[in-house]
Amino acid sequence: MFGLLEFTLVIAAGSFLAGLLGSLTGLGGGVIIVPLLTLVFHVDIRYAIGASLVSVIATSSGAAAAYLKEGFSNIRVGMFLEVATTMGALCGASLATRIPTAAIAIVFGLVLLYSAWTSIKAEAEVPIHERTDPIAQRLRLDGTYPADGKLVAYHVHRVPLGFGLMYAAGTLSGLLGIGSGAVKVLAMDRAMSIPFKVSTTTSNFMIGVTAAASAGIYLHRGYIDPGLAMPVMLGVLVGALLGARILPGAKVGTLRTVFGVAIAAVAFEMIFKGLRGHI
Amino acid sequence: MAFAHGISEKRFESLIGALLRGGVILAAVVVLAGGSLYLAKFGDVRPDYRIFRGEPGDLRFVRAITADAAGRHARGLIQFGLLILIATPVARVAFSVIAYLSERDWLYTAITLLVLGILLYSLTSA
Repeated sequence: MFGLLEFTLVIAAGSFLAGLLGSLTGLGGGVIIVPLLTLVFHVDIRYAIGASLVSVIATSSGAAAAYLKEGFSNIRVGMFLEVATTMGALCGASLATRIPTAAIAIVFGLVLLYSAWTSIKAEAEVPIHERTDPIAQRLRLDGTYPADGKLVAYHVHRVPLGFGLMYAAGTLSGLLGIGSGAVKVLAMDRAMSIPFKVSTTTSNFMIGVTAAASAGIYLHRGYIDPGLAMPVMLGVLVGALLGARILPGAKVGTLRTVFGVAIAAVAFEMIFKGLRGHI
Repeated sequence: MAFAHGISEKRFESLIGALLRGGVILAAVVVLAGGSLYLAKFGDVRPDYRIFRGEPGDLRFVRAITADAAGRHARGLIQFGLLILIATPVARVAFSVIAYLSERDWLYTAITLLVLGILLYSLTSA
């Protein structure tokens, strides 16, 4: 076995790749780093989740600064839905300390499968609603986004359903130490009819706050180990920022499909290990 | 429309962006400094992460971590960097509360205050 320096460098390199691939495929670094740490490096899933959660805060905050400048993020939608995601995160993080790690591995595998599916299938753009929604009006959630040099207006719908799904997304984030971007986008894009690009950037904006809500609980429970979180956080951050820089010019269609299949395989591995109690 | 007086929405967004970027950079620098110290100090002692033991008390609570970092303990310094990182989104929400308050946007002042309360509860409750 190798020493501390080699171990740290290997973890940092793996985290860099996880951050890069997570940002290029839109899956996020968390869903890659947890299986990497548990299945390849045999790290206990609680340490893996703690380290992943910290890296999620770093990438979300780092990328949000760039996205805000582009003008896609809907800050009011983000702030309002953060009520649901942070409450969910508290619930998820306290669940994580109560249920067996094998159960966490199985839930993780199922979320991975869903993420792989959203990565592989083609995105169908949800048509923009002409009607307005009274709850969205009351909360002033409607917004605009830039397209072809002008601003396109959109109306937000089904606020209670979106809020409920966001609570679920927050719970998964707190339970599994991931950003659960896939579920957040589902809530905004599918349920609330928010345009895809607005959904993805607003989801990223919210991920840091959601993760911070569960990070406090993880810290108190001793899940965040500095020796492990250090290479993971720095590696994922650099990888994700590089990914965000090369993404606009990159052709990621094939990458997403290939990677989606690989992630699905990892998902089954997590589920089987969980079912056999080997995690 | 909100933001009719006081700071504009655009300015609000760029301030939040700068706050987030600054927090992440500061956190990364502190973690890197603590990490270098940690690698130099512990050389070949590789911790075993296969078995979960949980961190010791001085790496789990805000006050203890701060004391450790001030004493320039390697692991405490990394943990302090991670605390800065966790505090970054919290600071962003706190800033939003002040911004909405200055706009007299009571609805969103209440919403952001609620989020801030949940975050502070998570960070301070043991």
